[in-house]
Parts: sequence; C-alpha cells; structure tokens
Amino acid sequence: MSSSVDDFAVKIPSETSQGREIQERIIGLLESRSYPDRDLFGVRLALEEALVNAIKHGNGMDPSKQVRVDCTFDEDRVTIVIEDEGPGFDVGNVPDPTSEENLDKPGGRGIMLMRSFMSRVEYNDSGNRLLLEKIRATEDE
Amino acid sequence: MAASHRRLDLEDVGEVTVARFIDKKILDETNIQVIGNQMFALVEDDGCRKILLDFSNVEYLSSAALGKLIVMDKKVKAAQGQLKMCSVRPDILEVFKITRLDKLFSIFDSREQALEGF
Repeated sequence: MSSSVDDFAVKIPSETSQGREIQERIIGLLESRSYPDRDLFGVRLALEEALVNAIKHGNGMDPSKQVRVDCTFDEDRVTIVIEDEGPGFDVGNVPDPTSEENLDKPGGRGIMLMRSFMSRVEYNDSGNRLLLEKIRATEDE
Repeated sequence: MAASHRRLDLEDVGEVTVARFIDKKILDETNIQVIGNQMFALVEDDGCRKILLDFSNVEYLSSAALGKLIVMDKKVKAAQGQLKMCSVRPDILEVFKITRLDKLFSIFDSREQALEGF
C-alpha cells in the first residue's frame, strides 16, 4: 500500500477527550484533502462511535489501557484501524436496533451508523480491532 | 458549575414548550447526560405535556444522543404527552432514517408546521 506524509499511528489513553482530538486531526486532514462535506459528516460520526466504543466498552475507561489508532491515506481513500486492549465482543450478537421490538431501545445504533456511512467496516475475530475505510464520494453521488 | 449550564433554549408557544438545542455537536458524553437530564426535567419536573424539540443548531449527534431521544420519547408517551421534532438537517435526518427512528419520532420540516400538528 502506498504511504502518504499524513499517515500516522498513535496510542492514546482511555479518555474520550483524547479520542476527540484524534477525530479532529483526521477530519482536518480530510478537509485539507478536500473531501466533500457529506464524507466528513460520515467519517466524523463513525470515528465518534468507534473511539467511544474502544475507550468506554473496550478498555472500560481503564487509565492503564490504551487505544491504538493507525491512519493511512491513499489518493481517494482513508483507512483507520482502531484497536483497544479489551476482551473484544461478538459483533454477531449485537441486536438489530431497527427491529420492531428494539426500535425504542437504546443500543446497537453506533455500529449500524458506521456501516452505513463508511465504505468498509471490519472487526477482527475477537472484536477488539476495527477497520474503518472511506472512499471519497464522487461529485454525482 | 459548567455542567449545569442550560443546554436547551426554552420558549412557550401557547401550550407547547419549544426546546431548542444550543449545541452544534451533541457528542460529548457529559454534555449528552446534561442535555438528557434537562429534557427529562421538562416532563418530570415542569409537567410539560406538549414538547417540540428544535434541532436547527444541531450539526452532529451520536448514537448516545439518539439513546436520550428514545428515552425522552418514552417518558413523554408515558405521561400521555406529545413530543415532536423540527428543523432537522438532512445529514441528521439521514441518521434517523438509517436507524429507523424516523418511524418512532414525529419529525416536521419547520417549527411552524410542527406547532400546527399539536
């Protein structure tokens, strides 16, 4: 895979404020690469959900645990890998929030929004590493 | 105490309490907690039964914020009240549609249209 000067890898402590800084950094880089607003909206939303999940549910806000974020840029694509030090989870066990019986219950919507707004969303088998990929929308999309 | 600052702009229009979110981004967990508590207080403490949530300022919200809206909807229904929403930006409306919450919530284009519906 080709690399870009903007690529970075960091480890952050399990604090949502640190997650938000990473979010701003990635969004800033996408803005400088002239991604359309709709892409920025989707990536921001997906990063918010993914980083909060890693920090809160994965690492349980444990200050001794970190979240690793790897971000790589291709010409029209950004790939972000987020890995926490938690036990992971079974993605298949997350209830469908849009089914009638779950519609009025909180939960399960974060993953759904990520899948909807990103081009690719993949968890590793143990569920503690998430790959998010966004391919830049073309103008007529 | 910063956390207790009002996160909702309140205005009474006839019997309807219009609550406009002040924040552009409803993401931060502490903030979401405070906003949730201030919404819930409208029903539980102030006895409001007709409530319109105005989203005109809101550019981003997360699934945690959706959770608070779902609980708010339940509380208002349990109190036999009516909850409506208005002025939702297209991006946010898409979030509601993806999660099918547009079927659960009563959403109107403008404040005027929503007020007519009470």
